[in-house]
Amino acid sequence: MSAVEVAAPPAARSLPVPFRFLRSELGLIARRRRNQAGLAVLAAVPIIIAIAVRVSSPTSSGGDQGAPQFLSSITGNGLFVALAALALEIQLFLPIAVAAVAGDAIAGEANVGTLRYLLTVPVHRTRLLAVKYAGIVAGAFVATVTVAGTGLLAGLLLFGGGDVTLLSGTTIGMGEGLLRLLAICLYLTACLAALGAVGLFVSTLTEQPMGATIAIVMFNMVSWILGVIPQVDWLHPYLLTHWWNNFGDLLRDPVAWDPLRGGLLSAAAYTVIFLSAAWARFGTRDVTS
Amino acid sequence: MTAFAVESCGLTKRFGRQVAVNAVDLAVPRGAVYGFLGPNGSGKTTTIRMLLGLIRPTSGGHALLGERMPGGAATVLPRVGALVEGPGFHPYLSGLDNLRRLDAADGTARPATADARIRAALDRVGLGAAAGKRFRAYSLGMRQRLALAAAMLAPRDLLILDEPTNGLDPQGTREVRSLIGALAAEGATVLLSTHLLSEVEQVCSHVGVMHKGHLVAQSTLEDLRAEAAPRARVETDWPEDAARVLRELGVTEVTHEAGRATGLLGQVAPEKVVAALVHDGVPVRGFAVVAADLEEQFVALTGEGFDVSG
Ligand SMILES: Nc1ncnc2c1ncn2[C@@H]1O[C@H](COP(=O)(O)OP(=O)(O)O)[C@@H](O)[C@H]1O
Ligand SMILES: [Mg+2]
Repeated sequence: MSAVEVAAPPAARSLPVPFRFLRSELGLIARRRRNQAGLAVLAAVPIIIAIAVRVSSPTSSGGDQGAPQFLSSITGNGLFVALAALALEIQLFLPIAVAAVAGDAIAGEANVGTLRYLLTVPVHRTRLLAVKYAGIVAGAFVATVTVAGTGLLAGLLLFGGGDVTLLSGTTIGMGEGLLRLLAICLYLTACLAALGAVGLFVSTLTEQPMGATIAIVMFNMVSWILGVIPQVDWLHPYLLTHWWNNFGDLLRDPVAWDPLRGGLLSAAAYTVIFLSAAWARFGTRDVTS
Repeated sequence: MTAFAVESCGLTKRFGRQVAVNAVDLAVPRGAVYGFLGPNGSGKTTTIRMLLGLIRPTSGGHALLGERMPGGAATVLPRVGALVEGPGFHPYLSGLDNLRRLDAADGTARPATADARIRAALDRVGLGAAAGKRFRAYSLGMRQRLALAAAMLAPRDLLILDEPTNGLDPQGTREVRSLIGALAAEGATVLLSTHLLSEVEQVCSHVGVMHKGHLVAQSTLEDLRAEAAPRARVETDWPEDAARVLRELGVTEVTHEAGRATGLLGQVAPEKVVAALVHDGVPVRGFAVVAADLEEQFVALTGEGFDVSG
């Protein structure tokens, strides 16, 4: 044994053993070019929104019937760029980002042949699912915060900050506004994590990551579509996406907790059901890839 | 501690209606280099997948290093290095980073020694210089080497190598063979699946022959060779005359072709053959006693050459 090794005990330099694989997984997701490019696209949207509102004439902003949520408030406070971007991207871009990472989770490893080698290391199948799911949730959080953060930055630069006028008409300070933005990010992460659980399950069904990703996005789209068909309104509360837009309720005074609680409950139910399904499916599956 | 590093009992795997592996009773003694020989499609990889717990046997069971599988996977697999059906790595990570990932996944591996162990494994397979290259830029041979390095990331008691010389050039093939010899010398048991008879003859102490999902033979290479009756082979320009002399001496199954005559020696002493040939004036260019070709034996066992089956 060298003197160097004696001088530096392993714990000083390395993470505890259980976290090594998780760190490796996060690194794998973060270093993937495709994911980096996706994150750049997510970040571009709030910048485009901010610039578009900035260069347009004051009369045309606001008042438009089909205008997305929060757009009209942007000129008053840059914070609303983040909110408008989140409201837009939660419809499709953020779910696509989650679907890309989740679709890759198991199917991607199967596709390149690394799955059989991970399992013979051995990585217990339950542990592999847990680490993969942690990676998906981390990805969802980073994606959401990227949108919010870029929006906030672009908004503050172009429109400035200051007191925030809530949807209910009351005014709060910028500090509390930021806290509420963070709470919104966490709420949306929980919603996207539920989609991620669906995605992890889909990813255990196939060896084609691209196919899995497309299937997850389609699941998300069908959920949105069913959500706007009034004839099936009995179904609406059970849809994955039904509660997502309720993040705006965190901007009321007092906060409208009921819909938020419903959203979190729905997300938790989807997560539990689909993680269980993924476990049941993957725990016993023959790995012939 | 059992005497066997790998032991299976009635191991069977069905894919739909096809029985890919049929009641295989493997017995790989500790310390052996066991050649798991069979033509393509004979069920070698499927057996190995079952041994490693990647797929569930339809029936039957097995133990690795004395531990029942799949129950003992968590304790026994860290002592097993495996190469299954070719290399599998992330294309956009370097060879080094791919190995780092596998090591990070191993809950029993010491993080402090990771870099040293990875370096040693890479050097051992001659990939030290290409460690930083992306896997997708590796040639087939380099990929195979990286897979071997992955199998040697930690000290192993058992190595299960599925066609490890696939895609390697002759030089690489030689290196892998000497690597297997070195691993065995260090005390590891090696289960080496291959469709190449020459590989078994050169490196293995034991052999099991797969044919259409059945293990049709299993023994030490020595025993198998001993079963093979020795043949006399005469190199001559007069093969027909040589064949006649052989027959007269009591040599059986005599055949001749252009330039040579061969037959089963039986009780006939080789020196008598040479004397008789010379006495009859047959011009002998060469004479040899060859233990029957293993190849011929395997053809006899499997009823065919080493072509794709099933
Ligand atoms: N996942 C699978 N599904 C269906 N058949 C399979 C599968 N894997 C292997 N087989 C079949 O099982 C037989 C044995 O295959 P394999 O074990 O790969 O042979 P080997 O490794 O000896 O070349 C082949 O006929 C093959 O087609
Ligand atoms: Mg094979």
